[in-house]
Amino acid sequence: MTSATLFGLCGAILIGLGLFELITDPHPLRKILGFNLLGGGVFLVLGVVARRGAAAGYFGDPVPQALVITGIVVAFSATALAVALVVRLSEVSGRVSLTSQSSEQPHSDGAEG
Amino acid sequence: MTVAFIVDVGLAILILFVAGWIVAVRSTFAAVIGFVVYGLLLSLVWVRLWAIDIALTEAAIGSGVTGALLLRTLSRISTVDTAQSANKSFRLIAGLFCAFISLAIALVIIALPEPAPTLAPEASAGLPAVGVGNPVTAVLLAYRAFDTFLEKVVLVLALVGCWSLAADRDWGGTPVLWRYSDPDGVLKFLAQTLPPIGVLVAIYMLWTGADNPGGAFQASAMLAAMWMLSIVAGLTRMPRTNDDRLRLTLVSGASAFLLLGFAGFGIAGSFLAYPPDYAKALIVAVEIPMTIAVAATLVMLVAGPPQRGGVS
Amino acid sequence: MKSAMILLLARDIFTIVTVTFGAFFFLAGTVGLIRFPDTLTRLHALTKADNLGLGFVALGLLPWAGGMVALKIVCVWILVQFSSSTASQLIARLAQQERPRA
Repeated sequence: MTSATLFGLCGAILIGLGLFELITDPHPLRKILGFNLLGGGVFLVLGVVARRGAAAGYFGDPVPQALVITGIVVAFSATALAVALVVRLSEVSGRVSLTSQSSEQPHSDGAEG
Repeated sequence: MTVAFIVDVGLAILILFVAGWIVAVRSTFAAVIGFVVYGLLLSLVWVRLWAIDIALTEAAIGSGVTGALLLRTLSRISTVDTAQSANKSFRLIAGLFCAFISLAIALVIIALPEPAPTLAPEASAGLPAVGVGNPVTAVLLAYRAFDTFLEKVVLVLALVGCWSLAADRDWGGTPVLWRYSDPDGVLKFLAQTLPPIGVLVAIYMLWTGADNPGGAFQASAMLAAMWMLSIVAGLTRMPRTNDDRLRLTLVSGASAFLLLGFAGFGIAGSFLAYPPDYAKALIVAVEIPMTIAVAATLVMLVAGPPQRGGVS
Repeated sequence: MKSAMILLLARDIFTIVTVTFGAFFFLAGTVGLIRFPDTLTRLHALTKADNLGLGFVALGLLPWAGGMVALKIVCVWILVQFSSSTASQLIARLAQQERPRA
């Protein structure tokens, strides 16, 4: 196993962890964190593809690397917009939750976010 | 099993531990700090994967600016979960689903074709015509310059979306970054000492990005950090969102690209084409407004929608 | 040449010893961060890791670097001193405001 494959497997697990937090955590900011974890994992998989494409005297294929750089910047702008939406939601409604008011009842199998 | 591989295994275990901690920890503040740590560890992984440009970008934008954004958000919302946490069976099903997806991607990683397909020979074959030495810069600004142009537009669009979330009475006003009282003047001292060095490093990264790892995005993240430091320390004022100079700066990046693109019709034959002799000069010429525009956009994105002083 | 070999050996030993010192200070700082009771003492532990740990590691890498790179390594250490000392002061001020010492 080369180090590239090792980091690729690490990226696969990161994708799973980020997706899990995105799906299950009810707080919107945690969902955004999960989205960023997921993004990091995806970029890692792309980077592994770039590393394996080492040829022509370079240590990595430059095209996937440029894609990842673009992806990091775009992921940041998506995070910024999502965060602005969450802040506005908190200002307007006074709470931070993606469920509507009526479905929040304190019973044992609670509503999911 | 070389020493480097053992270090890689340790790094991978550390990253997975931090990521698991982010998912599991109860306090959102701790999760955000963990995310900053995660970004920095990820940039170490990029160095191990011989992707130095990505390492710089991840440390600067992925961990630094995103961390600042998330910390600013924490101070504005309540982090108490007001919704019920998802019930056990839903979490179990979601966990199985995510594990299945991870397994599928892991199998793909293991089954990647050998020898790996690569575009490195084509990329390096075109470098003499472009005139730069760093192939990633060549891809970003010559081969796939259209994607970089669209990325500028995406940044401005996200900013417009952010600004449109302001209350109607606040439109055109000033966003608030942080209010901090600095009785000892320590932050002010830092903000007076660091920005000259930071701007110098940013210019160096931009200039050397043509031949060595570096480039426009990393330089713009550094400029954004220096500007944010000056604003938080109180040395500069946050500009109003209807300030003409600010708006001109924000669109100058995409506009320079557009200008270059249409000029390409005349001087080289098609949209965004470079003439062989002047390619590097044109690339540097378009990188400068691009860096300043992206830096301004990053700061305004972290600052968020305008909060006060709107035009009535 | 014998003297060249001794010089290379001395460089290797110097690097190993100083980087080990630096790693020890990082370890001490981390243990302090986890085990100390409150914010101010934890900051005290962290500055040891920042100052001495990073300084020793940077010192140990200097013989391997050329002129400009060695200067950049020293600049990295100086810049980290600036930012970490400012951050420590700000955090300490906030911690003291929240829980003033008796």
